[in-house]
Amino acid sequence: MRNLASLLFAGGLAFLLLALGAQLAFGDPAMRVGAEYLHVAGPELGAANLVTAILAGYRGFDTLGELSILFAAATAAGLVLGHRRADAPRDPPGGLILRAGADLLFPLLVVVGIYIVVHGHLTPGGGFQGGVVLAAAFFVAVLADPSRTLDHAAISWIEGLAGAGFILIGIWALVEDGHFLAPLLGTGTMGQLVSAGTLPLLSVAIGLKVGAELAGLMAHLSDTEARDQ
Amino acid sequence: MNVLHAVIDLETLVYVGAIGLVAIGGLGLVLSNHLFRMLLALGMAESGANLLLILTGYRGDATAPIIGYGPVGAPMVDPLPQVLVLTAIVIGVGVQAMAVSMLVRVYRAYGTLDIRELRKRMELEVSAAAGIPVPTSEEAPAGERPLPPVPAYRRGHRHVGPGES
Repeated sequence: MRNLASLLFAGGLAFLLLALGAQLAFGDPAMRVGAEYLHVAGPELGAANLVTAILAGYRGFDTLGELSILFAAATAAGLVLGHRRADAPRDPPGGLILRAGADLLFPLLVVVGIYIVVHGHLTPGGGFQGGVVLAAAFFVAVLADPSRTLDHAAISWIEGLAGAGFILIGIWALVEDGHFLAPLLGTGTMGQLVSAGTLPLLSVAIGLKVGAELAGLMAHLSDTEARDQ
Repeated sequence: MNVLHAVIDLETLVYVGAIGLVAIGGLGLVLSNHLFRMLLALGMAESGANLLLILTGYRGDATAPIIGYGPVGAPMVDPLPQVLVLTAIVIGVGVQAMAVSMLVRVYRAYGTLDIRELRKRMELEVSAAAGIPVPTSEEAPAGERPLPPVPAYRRGHRHVGPGES
């Protein structure tokens, strides 16, 4: 009975969504806000990547809320998982290939992560994407050899400083321009690394915060004792 | 490819794919009896929803919304759904991490993630703490019912758990 009801529910949901989708003109969306962004964002912000321009320039406050949600989730996960006893056993390290591979990957992942974060206003990518790559760089080593742990205090410091930097840039804009997180410092030449005003700075702050947050979260999860001894 | 186009056009295909992911995820959430599988189903439904959102911004002959990526003056896809989906993905990661850590706690406390088993063990624990007999359904047969054994480590012996002895 329950299975039948669930099947009916899922089928109905799919039918409803499909009927809604059929009403939309596929490949020719009614871009009201989007078209305005496409016209205005380039000259106004000087960022070639319009997604980052919208994310950090027009919807910066939204991004701040998103960062706080991630922070809340990481804090809650840490709270739920609790502390690890010092004498709790750890998983054995992986084989030689895994450990050597992790060591080889580390510098590459760090470079790629930093590149994606710093070029967020020019090429596809930005703070969130690069931050995840950075977190992966530090976490791969822990996965390959669980006896290596990440320094929780350092992670917390990076995370806090990056978050404070994001808000400080916003307050600076509030003082200078009258609007919280308004872009400052002019637009520069589009396509240059140093352009688009404060957008790259915000991108770096987001990247560091997301990277530290995710690395801390995963370190917490891998540090958890599997069961009560 | 042309044969495929004659039978089903691309539009229907991608929409059905995205909506199918949402439906399968929803079904998995309702039907599965294992908490971790429910979490996986949630992730699947989330991917489908993200894909659906991205599809609403798709334009047939347009390039990515990056100035200088395509020819000058070429149309670009709607950037707004992409920004919103970026937000949704990050929040989804937070929700999943939170959920996984709660699952770890549940497993540590009860030794299982199966919902039916969990319900029995929780009921046993609640009745033991309240000092009342375990509630049984009225349709249960009279007489002694073989109840699942209370895990040894819940009875106070904190050194032997199931599967460890």
